[in-house]
Amino acid sequence: MVALTPPALSGDRAPRAQKVTLALLALLLAVGVVSLAVGAAGVSPWAVLQDWLAGEAIGLRERVILLDIRLPRLATGALVGASLAVAGAVMQGLFRNPLADPGIVGVSAGASLGAAMVIVLGGLLPAAVLASVGSHLLPLGAFLGGWSVTMLLYRISTRAGRTSVATMLLAGIALTALAMAVMGLLIFIANDAQLRDLTFWNMGSLAGSSWTRLAAAAPVMVAGLMAAPFLARALNALALGEATALHLGIRVERAKRLAILAVAALTGAAVAVSGGIGFVGIVVPHLLRLAMGPDHRFLLPAAGLLGAALLIGADMVARTIAAPAELPIGIVTALAGGPFFLWILLRKRGLVDL
Amino acid sequence: MLDAESLSVTLGRKPILKGVDLQATPGTLTCIVGPNGSGKTTLLRALTGEVASTGRLSLDGQDLRALRPEALALRRAVLPQSVPLAFPFTVLEIVRLGLTGVPGADARSLPAQALHRVGLGGYEGRLFQELSGGEQQRVHLARVLLQVWQPVVHGVPRWLFLDEPVAALDIGHQLQVMRIARDFAEAGGGVIAVMHDLNLTAMVADQVWLMTAGRIAARGRPAEVFTDAILAAAYGCAIRVSTPPSDGTPFILPQAAA
Repeated sequence: MVALTPPALSGDRAPRAQKVTLALLALLLAVGVVSLAVGAAGVSPWAVLQDWLAGEAIGLRERVILLDIRLPRLATGALVGASLAVAGAVMQGLFRNPLADPGIVGVSAGASLGAAMVIVLGGLLPAAVLASVGSHLLPLGAFLGGWSVTMLLYRISTRAGRTSVATMLLAGIALTALAMAVMGLLIFIANDAQLRDLTFWNMGSLAGSSWTRLAAAAPVMVAGLMAAPFLARALNALALGEATALHLGIRVERAKRLAILAVAALTGAAVAVSGGIGFVGIVVPHLLRLAMGPDHRFLLPAAGLLGAALLIGADMVARTIAAPAELPIGIVTALAGGPFFLWILLRKRGLVDL
Repeated sequence: MLDAESLSVTLGRKPILKGVDLQATPGTLTCIVGPNGSGKTTLLRALTGEVASTGRLSLDGQDLRALRPEALALRRAVLPQSVPLAFPFTVLEIVRLGLTGVPGADARSLPAQALHRVGLGGYEGRLFQELSGGEQQRVHLARVLLQVWQPVVHGVPRWLFLDEPVAALDIGHQLQVMRIARDFAEAGGGVIAVMHDLNLTAMVADQVWLMTAGRIAARGRPAEVFTDAILAAAYGCAIRVSTPPSDGTPFILPQAAA
């Protein structure tokens, strides 16, 4: 039986939210440490640490595996997980709908299309451009794709300074269909090698993580994560509708613009470094609303922590379950998240009571 | 003083408000009445700054449209007809959203006082979505009251705008809510309320604006506006107004078509 947590008699869920947040912080630290210790190479950070404390030189292999493979992968997982979860929570607050997600309004589809264009058409670029942009080209394409969809969406659904959420949802569905159609065209003209790249990128993976790759997207994600808490009060008021938010003194249009920008930045950057990782943005905020209530002042930071922990955990499963081969992490999150999403829907309709 | 001159609102291409002039003084309760579609709610929305309007509109000497949302929120609170809710907030979490201009020291005790005021003391921990329609409406009233807790601050009056505040309430709670509105006015604040019940309006209003087709067709004290001829013309049905000698409050009864 998972019911809504009965609120404290006082109705004040802040103390509970603080406890949950502390627990999530501990969870994130624990998962992070374990993740550093687990891997195909069998290198233990403890042994390395003991050696180092004993004054022994650390072998090149250990150093590379810990500092250049596992640590950037851990940092990427944490940032991507936090970004996806916070983007989901902000979008749900903006749309006043617990099922809204960047994946639904086409931001993720746009980012995927951008990446696919790079994979299939990138070879047509002049060699000089390719040489200078190099490995940044794919993340750049994904980021631009996600960003342009968000801007397009906003322009379509905004008239005379007011954004219609209903129009935005409908336009998002149309833009997703369009992006998927163009994607289909790209798949149609792609050769076998490109097809394989495309498929794997779409499934999402943290396998390519490196400090240089992370450096390109991290500032965008960090900026989005830091902007999100400033939206908390506005999102709480928006839960009572735009008119009431305005009556309560919120600058509604400004808050909506900032929220859209944050979602675009977080989703675009996350998709850029890791491909299509689904369901984190829906599952994490939903779980947290059950645990501590919907107050965005607590929900947004907690979503960041749980999203990070969840993705690091999923990545651990992805790279150990079929070791030494690696499962794309998108498969892990979809396998766990898909049924969970269905359960949310069925539970809403009162069809199951678990 | 709430003061408007040739106030007009056009939604799409349809003119809804057609050049309304009006004045309301703090310390009084004004009721907006009129048939469906006469523009009552649109007038209220124009006065709160929620819909764009043309014409002059000022609140206590200041151009209302020049006030930023956060400044306006300190001067007036608005109770809409219906308020959607997206997420499972508790009653306390809803009411606390009204704490816009309340200093931190009072912020702890006032929400409970506001709930007590609307007869929902002890409801803090309940989930809003599990309450009845009438209880939900009173929770929002508590939130709105909290936003303008003191009717006058440093000599500046505050305003309550209520859109059909008793629509979902039983007769006892209707009287309770109108009592709260009267108390607010008698303490020096201004109250503007859209009403359907003419008898309740006659009991509580200092001033009535009777709207038809986007204009104020008649205005004045209830006894001046509520006459057989004026009401029959506005509502398009036979209406008999009688005045019981006991208290002088007009009693309005629609007559079945002959």
